[in-house]
Amino acid sequence: MLFSIIITFMAAFSLIYGCLSGNLAAVSAAAADGAREAVNLCTSLCGMICLWSGVIELMARTGLSERLSAALRPVLKKLFPSAAKDRETMDALSTNVSANLLGLGNAATPAGIKAAKGLKRLSGLSSASNELCLLVVMNTASIQLLPTTIASLRASLGASAPFDILPAVWLSSLLSVSAGILSAKIFERFSKP
Amino acid sequence: MRTIGEVAVPLIIVSVMIYALIHGTDVFSGMTAGAKDGLKTVLGIVPALIALLPCVYMLRASGALDALCSLLRQPLSQIGIPPETVPLMLIRPLSGSGALAVGSDIMKQCGADSFVGRCASVMLGSTETTFYVIAVYFGAAGIKKTRHAIPAAIIADIVGFMSAAFFVRLFWG
Repeated sequence: MLFSIIITFMAAFSLIYGCLSGNLAAVSAAAADGAREAVNLCTSLCGMICLWSGVIELMARTGLSERLSAALRPVLKKLFPSAAKDRETMDALSTNVSANLLGLGNAATPAGIKAAKGLKRLSGLSSASNELCLLVVMNTASIQLLPTTIASLRASLGASAPFDILPAVWLSSLLSVSAGILSAKIFERFSKP
Repeated sequence: MRTIGEVAVPLIIVSVMIYALIHGTDVFSGMTAGAKDGLKTVLGIVPALIALLPCVYMLRASGALDALCSLLRQPLSQIGIPPETVPLMLIRPLSGSGALAVGSDIMKQCGADSFVGRCASVMLGSTETTFYVIAVYFGAAGIKKTRHAIPAAIIADIVGFMSAAFFVRLFWG
């Protein structure tokens, strides 16, 4: 709903601002341009997105996701001590994180929701427990190793090497996730469950 | 560091294919099954982009986006963030396809390989649709009192945006 208000406001505001600034003709042309460009963008994105979905599906089929989640378990047990005692929740949690890392959006969200329900059950609280907040914060920060959709977008808009942003993406994702975890750890001392 | 990104595409594809082949996975059927999923993803974002891009384009054509940019140029340059990325930072926490629409507009205007275009790409790659994720997870777990989750998530986003600009400047300065 919030989003519907925002886009309606955007459209209405451009009409008003266009009137006032004398750019009304450009605004009318832009509406048609935007719709055409949306379809163009999707056609040029389509091939790359499908190719990368294929590669990622292949990665998932080799069992890389399971091995990654097994490797992540020791770290996650430290971050989520109460989930460490419950096998099912821990499985969902490590699947969520490894699927996020590999960019398997279709697998990450169901596993994350299962982990969230498990953490709520284990805490026995009606409000969000410290660990549940941490899980949500980790999911609101991106930890994807291969941002394939953005690379596809860059390629379709003429980037010479669409993945050249990888090191910058990794470093800034790492900083962003660390900041999220650190602030969750600090804030949990001040907010009563 | 930059060369990693330049050979990334063929390197990743080839190593995944070889790895899969060694593990006895059917490479062709895996790739085609994934591509089919990819088609569904694209079909999912087409309608959203058709609704969103005209709004973004109208806002730019009216001159309002440029006015907003020049208004914020001074305060944002203090922390190294290019003002052209303001619309992206505003929409990113709310909608994934909205962010894709705004990001594509920025890259089209400034060039995908420009400083601003790269900043927009790294911002897109290192942040998530924060409020959507919060709504989905807490909604599914049936939790109304979210405590410190929202402030911590917003801090993570702000750090992500600032470090995106920082690292792009560092690598391509």
